[in-house]
Amino acid sequence: MKGNEAFAEAAIRAGADGYFGYPITPQSEVMEYLMAEKPHERTGMIVLQAESEVAAINMVYGGAATGKRVMTSSSSPGISLKQEGISYLCGAELPCLIMNAVRGGPGLGTIQPSQSDYFQSTKGGGHGDYRLLVLAPASVQEMADFARLGFDLAFKYRNPVLVLSDGAIGQMMEKVYLDPQRPRFTDEEIKQNTPWATTGKTPDRERNIITSLALESAKMEQHNIALQAKYRQMEEEEVRYEKIGCDDAEYAFVAYGTSSRICQKAIQLAREQGIKVGLMRPITLFPFPKKIIAQMTSRVKGILVVEMSAGQMVEDVRLAVEGRVKVEHFGRFGGIIPSPVEVVEALKKQIIGG
Amino acid sequence: MTEEIIIAGFGGQGVLSMGKILAYSGVMQDKEVSWMPSYGPEMRGGTANVTVIISDERISSPILNAYDTAIILNQQSMDKFESTVKPGGILIYDPNGITRHPERKDISIYSIEAAEKAGELGLSKVFNMIVLGGFLKLKPIVSMEYIHKGLQKSLPARHHVLIPENEKAIEVGKELIKAKQTLN
Repeated sequence: MKGNEAFAEAAIRAGADGYFGYPITPQSEVMEYLMAEKPHERTGMIVLQAESEVAAINMVYGGAATGKRVMTSSSSPGISLKQEGISYLCGAELPCLIMNAVRGGPGLGTIQPSQSDYFQSTKGGGHGDYRLLVLAPASVQEMADFARLGFDLAFKYRNPVLVLSDGAIGQMMEKVYLDPQRPRFTDEEIKQNTPWATTGKTPDRERNIITSLALESAKMEQHNIALQAKYRQMEEEEVRYEKIGCDDAEYAFVAYGTSSRICQKAIQLAREQGIKVGLMRPITLFPFPKKIIAQMTSRVKGILVVEMSAGQMVEDVRLAVEGRVKVEHFGRFGGIIPSPVEVVEALKKQIIGG
Repeated sequence: MTEEIIIAGFGGQGVLSMGKILAYSGVMQDKEVSWMPSYGPEMRGGTANVTVIISDERISSPILNAYDTAIILNQQSMDKFESTVKPGGILIYDPNGITRHPERKDISIYSIEAAEKAGELGLSKVFNMIVLGGFLKLKPIVSMEYIHKGLQKSLPARHHVLIPENEKAIEVGKELIKAKQTLN
């Protein structure tokens, strides 16, 4: 199964209620798969091609406001269009699942894979002090796993969850195990699980209002304080990462998604040459595994951050390391994927020899 | 066991589907697999290639710069991928349309006149399976039993009637492949 297809199928099986999207390469297979699969016949899930990305994200806002499991997906230029809606979703504390199959930018850029949307994803691409919970899959299996996990985390925190993929993971096929079908929420469950949702006022409760607007500054500050507390809780409870070959490592790669796969091959090649290098792969980009990276500095002599960008995550790694060891960045961009050999050469030149 | 393969040729030769059938057969035989196609502007230029990895272990990078086996079906791909075969590795090519034959001395080279044979036998639709047969003769990493299952899995149900023809083409390929240069 392709990564994009696995994500779509897993979303159906996670009990999604609705998908709203607008096609863009390299993730159109998500909607194509959903349209062909006709989930409304399987589970009652709605799949709708909106008239634009902006319409799609606002349909997500509407669906989420009623306590439904709703989602959208796009690629970089389309995700940029959705940023206003994403800021509103965060402001109104609405859960939803968003997938970005990142392509090389800026602008329309290229359709080839890239990781140049890290800043946009982790630092807030729209306006206001908000955070998305960002999951970075590195395999087709994780594309499937993170659809379900993404929905669950979104509802745990009443916050959008972003799955940050790219064309390589979306287009490649690997073996994948899919979870069994989970039923969609019933109306009764929605009333119980999401008492804030706009499900129709009953005499026994106040009106539920979904809005990101609070004109009174004092009220808005309290809202912001509550949001920040939520983001701190994510930092306490949701950090996810994987370490490979770090036990005896003298050097480390830090890389996520496609780059982390390249680094795994680079580790094999480097170790054949007697270089002890390991990989620290952040799975959540927000919350970022900064404590784990800080701990690694007691053992490794240098860190190479490998990204398909001009250097974005490297800033967070440097903040975590606080100058204790050398941190350098190696990247290819504009849709070029670095090769394992290039990564080993960069390690030798920038970290070991530098 | 890890086998890292690049299959490259023109769009329409069945390069991607050959890789897909091999990958699905690997899955059926409980191997780890990855199938990473070229896509987008590269393909719109008329060439197509796919990296297939079949392994007993977790696969690291689905994107590589050196391969155990290169299966090359046009001149552009020969120019691009001959140099990427690991020393001691294998290059398989169909000489049809090739103007510059491979020159490496440190790899084994096999030719398979699949395009010509497919024309002769009226099996042009399964040209790619003849080539796959040649590969499987040299590297029997998946058994025919699982190739059968892989065909069932990767072909839409309406094409299942064509499975015997595909399997016949694989057998033809096994007979057809010829060593041009072997290392020993």
